[in-house]
Amino acid sequence: MSGNREQPKEIKRREFIGMTVLAAGAASVAPGILLTVAHATAEAEGASSEVRWGLLIDSNKCAESCNACVDACNRENGIDLLQRPQGQGDEMWDAQRPQWIRKVKLKDNQTGEVTNLPMMCQHCEFPPCVDVCPTAASFKRADGIVLVDRHTCIGCRYCMMACPYKARSFIHQNVEQQTLRSPRGKGCVESCNLCVHRIDAGATTTACQDACDKDGHQAILFGDLRDPESALSKALREKSSRQIRADLELNTGVRYTSL
Amino acid sequence: MKKLHYSELWCSSPRYWGGLAALTFIILLGMAAAYYMEHSGHWVTGMSNQVVWGLPHVFAIFLIVAASGALNVASIGSVFGGPLYKPLGRFSGLLAIGLLAGGLVVLLLDLGRPERLIVAITHYNFKSIFAWNIILYTGFFTIVGIYLWAMIDRKAQKFYQVTGFAAFFWRLALTTGTGSIFGFLVAREAYDAAIMAPMFIIMSFSYGLAFFIITLMSAYWWASRELGSHRLEKLKNLLGVFVGAVLYFSLVYHLTNLYITQHHGIERFILLDGGVYTVMFWLGQITIGGIIPLFMLYSPAFSDNRFAIAIASVMVLIGGFVQIYVIVIGGQAFPMNLFPGKEVVSSSFFDGVVAAYTPSLAEGVLGLAGIAIAMTLVAVGARMLKVLPESLEDPEQGTA
Ligand code: SF4
Ligand code: SF4
Repeated sequence: MSGNREQPKEIKRREFIGMTVLAAGAASVAPGILLTVAHATAEAEGASSEVRWGLLIDSNKCAESCNACVDACNRENGIDLLQRPQGQGDEMWDAQRPQWIRKVKLKDNQTGEVTNLPMMCQHCEFPPCVDVCPTAASFKRADGIVLVDRHTCIGCRYCMMACPYKARSFIHQNVEQQTLRSPRGKGCVESCNLCVHRIDAGATTTACQDACDKDGHQAILFGDLRDPESALSKALREKSSRQIRADLELNTGVRYTSL
Repeated sequence: MKKLHYSELWCSSPRYWGGLAALTFIILLGMAAAYYMEHSGHWVTGMSNQVVWGLPHVFAIFLIVAASGALNVASIGSVFGGPLYKPLGRFSGLLAIGLLAGGLVVLLLDLGRPERLIVAITHYNFKSIFAWNIILYTGFFTIVGIYLWAMIDRKAQKFYQVTGFAAFFWRLALTTGTGSIFGFLVAREAYDAAIMAPMFIIMSFSYGLAFFIITLMSAYWWASRELGSHRLEKLKNLLGVFVGAVLYFSLVYHLTNLYITQHHGIERFILLDGGVYTVMFWLGQITIGGIIPLFMLYSPAFSDNRFAIAIASVMVLIGGFVQIYVIVIGGQAFPMNLFPGKEVVSSSFFDGVVAAYTPSLAEGVLGLAGIAIAMTLVAVGARMLKVLPESLEDPEQGTA
């Protein structure tokens, strides 16, 4: 060893510890860690397991250039209030803005048949997003609607990794305006909530269904999967339908016919 | 054999404080980057709703995986009782704690809401492997902390064996837990493999040991202490075994995937036509992280060359980093197949196409800060605690 160990070690060491503690203190204040207290949530009040809400989508009726459901959803849930950050390119904006519903156009490899359909959260009975969420911010109500509690979501995005349908959106930017119906926060994740605010207020349709009906397509039908007398259940009995990625056995609440 | 004497790492002030100042500077830059990303929102990063985990996650997972492997040396010393490894046990524990802390800071600061850490601690979903990981990480700090104490303090020596075993099993659980984060992503082809968890364990051995060798060599150089060639050679050979094992597991992983027809898409993507991911796989993971270091570690031409050992270790780390990048980012970039038998003609959200991801500078700086945090903790810890033997001269022949 070289001679530098001859210094009075104890003093040096104390001084060193002191300086380190100071530095560590300064470093931990720097990132500005604020602790916000999570508010109590009014989650799942009154949701009943007697019902299971779902959608039936008839892709035959879904029109190719129509975007009515997407626009209606954006209006209903204040997604259209989000401003595109300055200087952001088109592709990145599409990749980063929330898309609760998206239109997809498909062509069958064998027959060449073209189908159009809206994709949204499929409100799985066994939702992977809920399974993986560390804080239980992702949850499924008794009536089958899958939601994110914006007060406990820490923005880890694990649910987005787990969702097989790419149904979830992370809020990448500051939120200046929002609606009371669908609260939104930078750094939290959200997805289609089956217009839960409307349903809880007694409505029988979602905004997307209304818009689709209004345009005369009637490709979206909202209803109770548990009630054999609901229009949804009847339609399901009449036509064969399928779940997207049925192989995953998630028992989705959104079903598709003519796919 | 001389009696071992441990002492605080004591080297000339300018050298030590200079190094520490450089590390602190990187950490401050990283904090600034994190603040910038949180303040503006993640739109300033390359991440999107398509590639939701970016470069910070690559750094974080890399460090966390390496942390558990760094403890290997201590485990070999206490669980399997190797006289060559035992004196290195304390430092190995310290390094493990440092690496884990660095990784976790990066993970935390990349959350959408890092200020909700308290929520993460108070709200548990016990079905979530993520929540379990939080428990595994906390436990790791505690157990390795006690283990370190048991190694250092004579009074605590009775805990040495017990904590040694506990730490050994805990860290295996920790790596399995980290690997399992991917195992639960049923819909993503790249992660749908049972071999993921054991592969993560062997990856942790390799990265952890590479980190260990580099930090150990630097520490002894910093403090001008003696580091025996025989001991270094042992470590080097062990690293060679681990690097070979990682290569072997990668081979098995890709071969099994090739055997499963549904996974041909992702295999083609990684091995053949995935652009940057294919290049990273062959050049980064296989060549730089595997073949070249293997050659350097085993070739007689470099047998007594310390510089070669250091370079090989650095290459193992670079290759390992690339491997995690390919797993994390490549696995997300590859499109999920929602509509088998159909081709996606158009979609407003990139269905059926490879997702784009270009990491931003801020993400990289935050990640580097994680490494700097780990190294700072090690440097500070080695200065305050008696973790490093004053000399690591080779033991006399026959005792080893
Ligand atoms: S579709 Fe995705 S977000 Fe919706 S419930 Fe299923 S896993 Fe969750
Ligand atoms: S991003 Fe939010 S909702 Fe999703 S898993 Fe993380 S904490 Fe849960």
